Amino acid sequence: MSADVREIPLSTTGERQAVVGNVGAVPGQDWVIVTRGITRDYDMGGEVVRALRGVDLAVRRNEYVAIMGPSGSGKSTLMNLVGCLDTPTSGEYWLNGSLVSDMKDDALARVRNREIGFVFQTFNLLPRATALHNVELPLVYAGVGSAERKKRAVEALERVQLADRMDHRPNELSGGQRQRVAIARALVNRPAILLADEPTGNLDSGTSEEIMRVFEELADAGQTVIMVTHESDIAAHARRIVVLRDGRISSDERREKFVQKLET
Amino acid sequence: MPLVEAIRLALAQIRVQKLKSFFTLLGVTIGVMFLIAVVSIVQGMSNYVTTAVAGKFLGVNTATLRKFPNFQTGNVTDAQWHLWMRRPPITIADAYAVRDALPAGAGWAIDDEKWVNAESKYTNGGPQLLAHATTPQLFKIKSLVVTQGRVFNEEEEQLGLPVAVIGVETQQYYFPGVDPIGREIKVGGLPFRVIGILEKQGTLFGQPLDRVIYAPFNSPMQRFTGARINLAGVIVQAPSPAAMTDVQETVTELMRQRHKLHPAQDNDFVVETSASALSAWDKIRGYLVGAGIFLPAIGLVVGGIVIMNIMLVAVAERTREIGIRKSLGARRRDVMAQFLAEATTLSILGAAFGIGLGFGLSKLLSSAFNLPSGVAPWSIVVALGLGGGVGIAAGIYPASRASRLDPIVALRAE
Ligand SMILES: Nc1ncnc2c1ncn2[C@@H]1O[C@H](COP(=O)(O)OP(=O)(O)OP(=O)(O)O)[C@@H](O)[C@H]1O
Ligand SMILES: [Mg+2]
Repeated sequence: MSADVREIPLSTTGERQAVVGNVGAVPGQDWVIVTRGITRDYDMGGEVVRALRGVDLAVRRNEYVAIMGPSGSGKSTLMNLVGCLDTPTSGEYWLNGSLVSDMKDDALARVRNREIGFVFQTFNLLPRATALHNVELPLVYAGVGSAERKKRAVEALERVQLADRMDHRPNELSGGQRQRVAIARALVNRPAILLADEPTGNLDSGTSEEIMRVFEELADAGQTVIMVTHESDIAAHARRIVVLRDGRISSDERREKFVQKLET
Repeated sequence: MPLVEAIRLALAQIRVQKLKSFFTLLGVTIGVMFLIAVVSIVQGMSNYVTTAVAGKFLGVNTATLRKFPNFQTGNVTDAQWHLWMRRPPITIADAYAVRDALPAGAGWAIDDEKWVNAESKYTNGGPQLLAHATTPQLFKIKSLVVTQGRVFNEEEEQLGLPVAVIGVETQQYYFPGVDPIGREIKVGGLPFRVIGILEKQGTLFGQPLDRVIYAPFNSPMQRFTGARINLAGVIVQAPSPAAMTDVQETVTELMRQRHKLHPAQDNDFVVETSASALSAWDKIRGYLVGAGIFLPAIGLVVGGIVIMNIMLVAVAERTREIGIRKSLGARRRDVMAQFLAEATTLSILGAAFGIGLGFGLSKLLSSAFNLPSGVAPWSIVVALGLGGGVGIAAGIYPASRASRLDPIVALRAE
């Protein structure tokens, strides 16, 4: 595997415990994500589903984290909270130094636009728009002028080796290509974090490797990446693996340790 | 999201759903079409009435001194009528006093008129004629021209010669197949020699303007028109539109003096202008425009409801798209703007088609029923404004529904 070409300094358990434990304090600049005891309850008509039961997660800039765990353990719920698509029922969430758990609708939209790049399992491209236009979308909402928009969208498509497909619509692209368009779209606003919820879930293994190579290049270039996956060989591309169980983090360790455990 | 972006998106959306968009537009298009058609016809009639009344009937820049108004707006009560009847008459002396008081350059004419019976050797009777006993200046003031012969002159007026200028219908009824010039027509048993035939005037409010006979004021015609009892009208013409009020005031002041009115007393005469005459038409036009607004309004309301429903369907169908946009940073107002722009663009497009069709329809109607029609520029502005308004009104609820969607729920749609 090419993942060990360059070592990115990972946060240590002690550092993470320190920053997470300091409730109410603004995390240091290095910490892109800090959640302190976040919970998320779903009210299902009387019955409350507790999808997250207090998650303490700290991610330092440039880390590449995989989140694993059984189905229903709360991975997507956590990703949605981290991606500001949702707000926690309780607890604090600090993104890049701001307390986003207190923010309202439009402020969250702004954060999603500026700080977050989201890659979905089902790609979520606009079917009638070309690859280029799909990639331009976040810039439209950022208020970037059309010439600059096009330039940056083309650059983003070049990063995922799809510049030659920019006039194609999603249905004229393969699954892997669609996901690369989605990655380009996620990157176009130069977000603080790239979030991916099962980005290879809809792809065959060859194509999955292709997507993982893109992620790795991005991580090598300094992009903070968090991805959810069910597959350990996909997770093994990340440098740090967080495992969720019943809405809580059950383990959080370096890849080496994770791989080692898998092999034994 | 900037407005241009929203409109561009809306147009793209309309382009992909041509057929659906077409039906969506229909209500607004039909509403606006009728609006434009009605307004154009009313405008055409209005232009016609204005030029006809001002030009043919009253003359340009003229005011007419009368005992009571000739053009009434609405019904006159018995009491009012009674009061008018008791007013002092407009006398011949009044008419000459008015002439002498006018500033240089102003025009003046006596125009006394009454429906009379006439007879000629060439036919067994005919309809009543509107007889005018007038001073010769009248022809100039009213731009009345002859197609044959001539009008009478100052000399004939001074001598009170029984000469006559007749309208084309008078000619048709009383001189069938003969050239009337130099021949006699009798009014009240007295012969008048025809010296001129007026250009065809047509009708005004259904009244024939060509069933007329004009004779010098000093001729015996004044007996038949009853000039000594009361003059139907003394016409004054200002040298320019700006001088109108001046001339009106001069006449008013003079008449108040002659009638010895105290400052507190109201005028016991009227100085009518084409403007006051036109207020009657304005009222009629008000009703027409009212009807012309009411019918299209129904179309617009129906159109609005259709657009609202289509937009609600669009929001439901495109929930996923909304989710995607929100996940990428679209704020409520961005989503709102997108759907509002779509509804409004649809509606304005519908209005634009309606404007085109409306002008077509008014042209068609006007040529089919020989009605005048004219373009009222304001109606285009109003139609576009209404189109936009309907779009916004119809779009606001669906757009706000779209903008309120939860991004996660929306992303999970389909
Ligand atoms: N909108 C919702 N309403 C009600 N319950 C929900 C909702 N979303 C998630 N849940 C519940 O919350 C729990 C966590 O769901 P979540 O989707 O986060 O799990 P996951 O780890 O992503 O699972 P998977 O691996 O199957 O994607 C589950 O019990 C799920 O049923
Ligand atoms: Mg999930």
